[in-house]
Amino acid sequence: MDSFKTIKSKITPLDIINVDTDQIIPKQFLKLVQKTGYGNFLFYDWRFDQKNKLRNDFILNDPKYAERLILLTRENFGCGSSREHAVWALFDYGFRVIIAPSFADIFFNNCFKTGMLPIVLESAEIDYFFSLDPDNYVEVNLMEQTLSTDKKIINFKIDPMKRRMLLEGTDEIDYTLQLEDRITNYEKRSMKRDITDR
Amino acid sequence: MTRNCREFGITIFDIDSPYQGIVHVIGPELGFTLPGTTIVCGDSHTSTHGAFGAFAFGIGTSEVEHVLATQCLWMSKPKSFLVNIEGTRRNPHAITSKDIILSIIQKIGIDGGTGTVLEYKGKLISELSMEQRMTICNMSIEAGARAGMIAPDETTFEYLRGRKYAPKGEYYEELVEYWRNNLKSDPNSVFHKIETLNADQLAPQVSWGTNPSMVSDVTGNIPHPDEFAKGNENERKLAIRALQYMDLQPGTPITDIKIDRVFIGSCTNSRLEDLIEASLVVKGRKVSAQVRAMIVPGSQQVKIQAEKLGLNKIFKEAGFEWRESGCSMCLGMNPDILAPGERCASTSNRNFEGRQGSGGRTHLVSPIMAAAAAIQGHFVDVREWV
Repeated sequence: MDSFKTIKSKITPLDIINVDTDQIIPKQFLKLVQKTGYGNFLFYDWRFDQKNKLRNDFILNDPKYAERLILLTRENFGCGSSREHAVWALFDYGFRVIIAPSFADIFFNNCFKTGMLPIVLESAEIDYFFSLDPDNYVEVNLMEQTLSTDKKIINFKIDPMKRRMLLEGTDEIDYTLQLEDRITNYEKRSMKRDITDR
Repeated sequence: MTRNCREFGITIFDIDSPYQGIVHVIGPELGFTLPGTTIVCGDSHTSTHGAFGAFAFGIGTSEVEHVLATQCLWMSKPKSFLVNIEGTRRNPHAITSKDIILSIIQKIGIDGGTGTVLEYKGKLISELSMEQRMTICNMSIEAGARAGMIAPDETTFEYLRGRKYAPKGEYYEELVEYWRNNLKSDPNSVFHKIETLNADQLAPQVSWGTNPSMVSDVTGNIPHPDEFAKGNENERKLAIRALQYMDLQPGTPITDIKIDRVFIGSCTNSRLEDLIEASLVVKGRKVSAQVRAMIVPGSQQVKIQAEKLGLNKIFKEAGFEWRESGCSMCLGMNPDILAPGERCASTSNRNFEGRQGSGGRTHLVSPIMAAAAAIQGHFVDVREWV
């Protein structure tokens, strides 16, 4: 996984609450056997109408918002199905940071597996970013845990282990396998009472 | 997948297996799901298995890979959320566990349980069968909780006794003793959150919107967005959008809503008891000429048992399609799909935009409510039928 240090980008604001993963990546596209290529199908039913033509009322279709790396949105982003494809689609499309007042649990965890940084902010801070002129740049610094515009610096919290792994681009499985001896010892101990031997 | 499983020594119940079906149906019926176990699967409705007092939750693809490679997962400890069910249902045949969980989700919201594991408790809960408990735990994720649990009891132990993969004989009874004594919350447990639902006034529920908290009593009307939003501007915008998508007007009685399709199936409601209940509503009646209705048993074993009871004949005579087991129209990944604008009474768990097919309109209900709607062509208060 590539390491994540700083991102400087304009923001794409998605001013909708409870965006679920069926909207982020509809199920008919969950048939590829690799993690890339899903960007084409991101928010498919919101970007395209029944005749597969671009809808002119959806923000991602506005050329002004092309190639932005930061998505700003509202409560409970990524709720519903556990499909990790939702993160892959956002990542493949070009986003690297998602800012929201809250995320659904499974989606939140899935973000870190692909190097996507989900940032949780208070309501007032979220409203601040929604009020910004869309041409403003925001710099996300994971080392410092800051979001900076030319007028303000906002701090964000993140679990220390998740932060370190993003900064270093660590493969989580490699990391865990460093503890293989401890895992094996634990399993040997619990095997004596194992109920799954059937 | 079959080749992969063979190469790596993983047991697979493939398409030809007499035990295949929806994973959250076959795990319990095979006695694979056991109290006190940790169960993970690449599907958010893994919470279903919490009905057995297992810690069961959904994970993404990368975490599935991590589990296969390392036999563990990194986790932050979730908070605890107690949901107390008080009271008794006036008509226990008409008010199902599906109505209970839809009510709970309406009360706590689709993110009310985020960051928590739910525990469902109460006299009513302890009177439910395992299949009914599974319906409740299944939809925990729709309230934002990764897992939802019910403490195992004699009903649980009896259900599992003798099942194919469950431990047997003396060993099983030793385990039962351990589970009976250990797998319950202490009486003085402190929960991060507590919510109480009273079942006395509970009516059959019907979802009208585009998330599982947008639910009404069948005897009620489509709410006005202001009524639904209770002052929250974002919720109001969402409700307006939902009503537009669903083509519904505030004030319309739920029983006025006509339907085009009926789907009885999914990991929420496709087990034998669900099919038996639906068959009692359907017997001797016919599916409305305006409706296309189908029943999808949750597993091959459910299908076989249903056929032994003659349920397939009852459903087919009434005009239902009787199908092979699978997820089918819950999520529209194969040709079991709604056409744009089609309205469906569904026993599944999600009514998001496009869930059952792009432009499709999903109304979540219990199996008997779906069966009655199939007959009448619109929603009815099934308490008048049962």
